[in-house]
Amino acid sequence: MGSPSLILALLGLSSVSYYLGWRRSISLAQGTVRNLHSLPGYHGLYTALWAAVPALLLLGIGVALKGPIVTNIVVSDLPQEVQSLSPERLNLIVNDIRNLASGNIASQKTPAMLAAADRYIRLQGYAAIAITVAVLAMGVFCGAIAWRTIQPGKRARNSVERIILGFLMASSTIAILTTVGIVLSVLFESIRFFQAVPVTDFIFGLDWSPQTAIRADQVGASGAFGAIPLFAGTLLISFIAMVVAVPVGLMSAIYLAEYARPRVRGVVKPLLEVLAGIPTVVYGFFAALTVAPFIRGMGEQVGLDVASESALAAGLVMGIMIIPFVSSLSDDVINAVPQAMRDGAYALGATRSETIKQVVIPAALPGIVGGVLLAVSRAIGETMIVVMAAGLAANLTANPLSAVTTVTVQIVTLLTGDQEFDSPKTLAAFALGLVLFVVTLGLNVIALQVVRKYREQYE
Amino acid sequence: MAASGKSTIERVRATLARRNRAERRFKNFGRAAVLLGLLFLVLVFVNIILTGYSAFWQTFVKLPVHFDARVIDPRGGADPETLGSADYGALVKASVRSLFPDVSGRRHRRELGKLVSRGTVFQLRRMVLEDPSLVGSSTEVWVPVDDDYDMLHKGNVDRTLPETDRRLSDRQIAWFDRLADDGRVESRFNITFFTAGDSREPELAGIRGAAMGSFFTLAVTLLLSFPLGVATSVYLEEFAPRNRLTALIEVNINNLAAVPSIVFGLLGLAVFINLFGLPRSAPLVGGLVLTLMTLPTIIIAGRAALTSVPPSIREAALGVGASKLQMIVHHVLPLAMPGMLTGTIIGMARALGETAPLLMIGMVAFVVDVPQSVTDAATALPVQIFLWLDSPERAFVERASAAIMVLLAFLVAMNALAVVLRRRFERRW
Repeated sequence: MGSPSLILALLGLSSVSYYLGWRRSISLAQGTVRNLHSLPGYHGLYTALWAAVPALLLLGIGVALKGPIVTNIVVSDLPQEVQSLSPERLNLIVNDIRNLASGNIASQKTPAMLAAADRYIRLQGYAAIAITVAVLAMGVFCGAIAWRTIQPGKRARNSVERIILGFLMASSTIAILTTVGIVLSVLFESIRFFQAVPVTDFIFGLDWSPQTAIRADQVGASGAFGAIPLFAGTLLISFIAMVVAVPVGLMSAIYLAEYARPRVRGVVKPLLEVLAGIPTVVYGFFAALTVAPFIRGMGEQVGLDVASESALAAGLVMGIMIIPFVSSLSDDVINAVPQAMRDGAYALGATRSETIKQVVIPAALPGIVGGVLLAVSRAIGETMIVVMAAGLAANLTANPLSAVTTVTVQIVTLLTGDQEFDSPKTLAAFALGLVLFVVTLGLNVIALQVVRKYREQYE
Repeated sequence: MAASGKSTIERVRATLARRNRAERRFKNFGRAAVLLGLLFLVLVFVNIILTGYSAFWQTFVKLPVHFDARVIDPRGGADPETLGSADYGALVKASVRSLFPDVSGRRHRRELGKLVSRGTVFQLRRMVLEDPSLVGSSTEVWVPVDDDYDMLHKGNVDRTLPETDRRLSDRQIAWFDRLADDGRVESRFNITFFTAGDSREPELAGIRGAAMGSFFTLAVTLLLSFPLGVATSVYLEEFAPRNRLTALIEVNINNLAAVPSIVFGLLGLAVFINLFGLPRSAPLVGGLVLTLMTLPTIIIAGRAALTSVPPSIREAALGVGASKLQMIVHHVLPLAMPGMLTGTIIGMARALGETAPLLMIGMVAFVVDVPQSVTDAATALPVQIFLWLDSPERAFVERASAAIMVLLAFLVAMNALAVVLRRRFERRW
């Protein structure tokens, strides 16, 4: 029985258990539910949970262990000369056996391997049967014991609630596990990368050409991992984006918060927020197909040489994407400035714009700065726009009309397509990911801190 | 003030005009910023609709086909195996040549052969297999034209360009015009676009495979992230003691919400694929990664919804003897549910548009088959858009923007649903 049908069977088993537990508690109650400590439903739930949860855990363990155990047995039955091969070669052979077993094409077919594949299939079958039997037995056994322990005075509700609370607690740790997972996965691979390439070469190197040589005699494959051009490119594009997004976003937030009539605001604000809901791949499409050729054409008109994948195009479109981000965050903080401060300024005879420039903005500044920092971290981590509209060549330049590449573009290029997992080329992507994670995390922490400080001021 | 010899009111009057101009200027800047933002929005939409709307039509040509028994059923007997493996390419070639009997020469004939889509061969094969009595008969069949001619018919090929800069020669264009004049060319609704998987031929490519991939991915995401998100927000809001650990979890969730999506992709690659050995390119892994990505959104929305339920409800429930969990499950959660669902839908909409993490876990493969389960190799809609944009054919660009329209339609529908939910069920206490 496969795992899905086994899970279905367990679900069936636990619904039967629910009914049995419910029945037993009612019959024990001798007609009045008041004789019971917990409602019959809780007794049913108690039995059902006991029937399902241990069995599910067992199933998880079984599925996790099945593969390695079967593989080990098959390998230990292989001829001696095969077993003494290097681990990589052995791995290849095991893969071939698996492919043969699942009816796929394998790179080699010897009688010994066919036999091993047969054996593999047979053992897989045995393992599946063993798991099915064990899991079902576990479910029936635990369910039966729980059913037996039902007594009128049994505190079934408390037990069920404890189990549910446990589930709630466990799910809230997932957020932490995710962070730990991110840190560990990028950290481990980065450490392996830094064993091959010194940290200083990576952080301070000026040359990025990750094409490592497959054979020693290949030309043009230096394998230089200096990330400065990537950082510079990322910063250039993010800077262009902020030049677009901050003035437009901030001014529209000011207009909507201070000048616009409620009806205009009610229409325009959601419309602007649509910009934030458009998938980034759509912006990439827009940048690559419309904005980049347009800028190139404009450049030709005035006699400038513009790369077809210029930083300007990617930055502009990224700026458009970030406008609503800046404007809604600024809008929040501008609205949080107490009306009394505005009234004070008006009472002194200030015009509206003077009030905004000299009272509201200075008061809201920390919040706005926090919002802009969040927007910068957004821009740095944005991937699809730059993958589609920025270049691949790592040029170290500050010219917005030339092609540059970014950290995220390089991560995507290094990791899409076929790769083996231990070349410095793929590991470099994780090192870049580590940098990206650390930088954006730092920006977020600072930004959230700034925003929180500011909020406390007015609460 | 007295020193300047003017009263305050005079000084104010002197600068008032300038200050009012500054006021107007400032206000106009603000208005301009808003208009600029709206202009960008309109530009993006108009641009996509203009490049993409024509992809919903496909040019067909009426082809006189003679199902020559000597070619497809040389031994007779209409044996399905013989019929299935026959040389339908020869039929197509003969049909196209019969339209232009005057064309001769190898090179010209080869150019002529590119008139109809390569899928025509399969279309004829399917027809014969469904109805073997066709063998030996002649009929007229509408078949899709090749993507270059499709672009020509839609006016996307500039006829004034020099011949070498076009994908079609002058001769090919003349042939096509002759067919059009004969009434043999027609634009029809492009059903293939909605029913087919990906293909190397634009006229045979569709979004069904990618849409199913997105569907499976989102199904996994929803099944995991909704229960986990609700559970987490209930725990943090209702049960968690205020201690270091909870503070850590909260900071963590806020930060995860701002981690670049591509980093989640790296996590998926390193943990789910390399460590757990889950299959590459599978919606299952995509769903897991997107779950981790959308969880913070759902948790934050869920907690906001829980805090908005007034304490009086809780106290009333506890007062009549409900346990804490009963109070939450029976009273607080139903009241908070609209807010939680809204947050979930918004999170799902974001997950639907997400591309970068899916690139990391290999959902960029060229997948022709429509995926049938969460472990089949698949792409997702946004990834399909990315892939098509990378292709050199003009027709793929058109299809990419049509796919964007479909994607945006889904997003609009999801967001509208969220707005409706909020309007209908949100209660102000």
